[in-house]
This record gives sequence, C-alpha cells and structure tokens, in this order.
Amino acid sequence: MSDSVARPQALVIGHKDFAIGIVSAVTAITGRDDVFRTASNYGLDTRAMEAIVRDAIADGVTMIFSDLPAGSTTMAARRAQRDFPEVTVVTGVNLPALLDYAFAAPDAARAADAAVEKGRAAMMVARGIVRAD
Amino acid sequence: MPIELHRIDDRLIHGQVVVGWGQPLELRFLVLVDDEVAASEWEQELYRMGVPPDMRVEFVSVAQAVERYAKFAADPKPGMLLTGDIDTMARLCAAIPALRRVNLGGVHHRAGRAQKLRYIFLTGAEEAELRAMAASGVEISAQDLPAARVIPLDSILTGEAIA
Repeated sequence: MSDSVARPQALVIGHKDFAIGIVSAVTAITGRDDVFRTASNYGLDTRAMEAIVRDAIADGVTMIFSDLPAGSTTMAARRAQRDFPEVTVVTGVNLPALLDYAFAAPDAARAADAAVEKGRAAMMVARGIVRAD
Repeated sequence: MPIELHRIDDRLIHGQVVVGWGQPLELRFLVLVDDEVAASEWEQELYRMGVPPDMRVEFVSVAQAVERYAKFAADPKPGMLLTGDIDTMARLCAAIPALRRVNLGGVHHRAGRAQKLRYIFLTGAEEAELRAMAASGVEISAQDLPAARVIPLDSILTGEAIA
C-alpha cells in the first residue's frame, strides 16, 4: 500500500473479468493496489449494476472507468452520475490510461483528461516492413 | 425479414446487442420498445450515446410500436426490436400477428426469479406468460449471442439447459 494517494479509490467496471484483469495488470506494473476498486456486470441487470455503482459512490468514489461506451456498465455509471454530478465517467478505458491515472495528481477531473489522452495516444498500428529482396 | 431479431433483454442497448449481434447481422437500426424510455429524453440520450453513428435508434412506446411495426418491418435495412421485459414483448405479440419469433437474450436475477439458464431467470408469472405466448403460436428460444446454442422454450423452462 502507498500513502501517497490523496484521493478516494476509482472504480473500474466492465464485462466479465475485465476490471479484475486490467487492475491486476496495473498492480503488476506499478506495485500499487490502492488506486482502484473493481466491479463486474456479469449476471446483473442494469439496475443491479447501478446499485453497485451507487454503493461505490457512497463510499467516496468520484471517478469511474468503464470498458465499453455502449455497455451496461457505462449506462449504470451514467445513470448514477445524474444524481452525483461530482462523479466523472471515462469510457473505453485501456491499460495505458489506468497507468497514467494511477500516478496522476489528486485532482481527479484533470487526471481523467490526462489519462484519456494517454490511452488514446497509446493506440497504434505497427505493420511489418516488407523487404524488397 | 428486415427485423432480424425480436429480443427480450433487460439491459436493453448494451454490448451484446450493439457489438455481439449488431456486427454479424450488420444491424442498421434498433427499435427500443419501452414506455418509460419513450417518455424520457434523458434516457434516450443515454442509450443513444452507446450506439455507433451508422445505427439508427427508434424509441417507442408499446402503442407506437404496434402502430409503426409494419413500417419498421418494411425497412430494407436489417434491424432489431428490443424490449426490456417479457410482459412488453407479450403485449406486442398479442397486437402484431406478424411477430411470431422471440429471442430471450437476458432476463437476469431478481428476487422471486428462479434460474433457468446462465442468463435467464424467471418468476412463475413470467413462465406462465411465456407459455401463453408459445400457445398462441410464437416461437420462443434463448440465445444470448449469435455463436451460442439456440435453446427452445421447453428446455429453458425445465431448467435442463443451465450452463
């Protein structure tokens, strides 16, 4: 555990084992297990998912990362956000974005923008070079 | 048939619908039948956010769906009609003779429901409603994704297909 985190944990939500998997990767790379908590939509309808999100918000979560913009996870987060405008929701999250957030400054809203920028920038297409000979 | 699938899914528009079915069926429109969503601009905006730009979404009440079904069915582009619960689909089937095939895509756990499949949980009343639909000539089966096994209603209700 690190004592350098001055903000509440962020919630990572996704399909099946997405959140557990990606957060375990963050921990493996950074050694930090105190930045994110996780939830899965597996077996849940949208209302049950929303209840999990609201519980997290009641615990102090103000930052939510979800995997798929069209997913029920995002729908649940956006519904809960309607009653808690201080909550920020980031969709389409990837590992570089979470890594950036893990080390970001305590200002959660600006950290979200920076994480999204990092996540977008990390996407690339690498093609092999075809040799003429 | 331009409406490729009539689906009951309590998550309404979500990943399985937009990506899982939307891409292989090349869906170009969704008809979301839900009285509550049809009356809420905010809910509609929420669902619209998750839909790719080349996919149109129609938000309609049950009454509007009945009135406009023939027009939806005549659309040359492939589409999907979605309801969030069994009762709404039953009302549509009762009012639209052409609607004779229903896909159970996701009815999740809630108090009073018993598990029938990994993604189907039903109350006694919902079971009875499905049996009544089937008795009226509607073919009902469960299939959460295109590559998954199609499970007919009889197998769903006996619970023999839980996986």
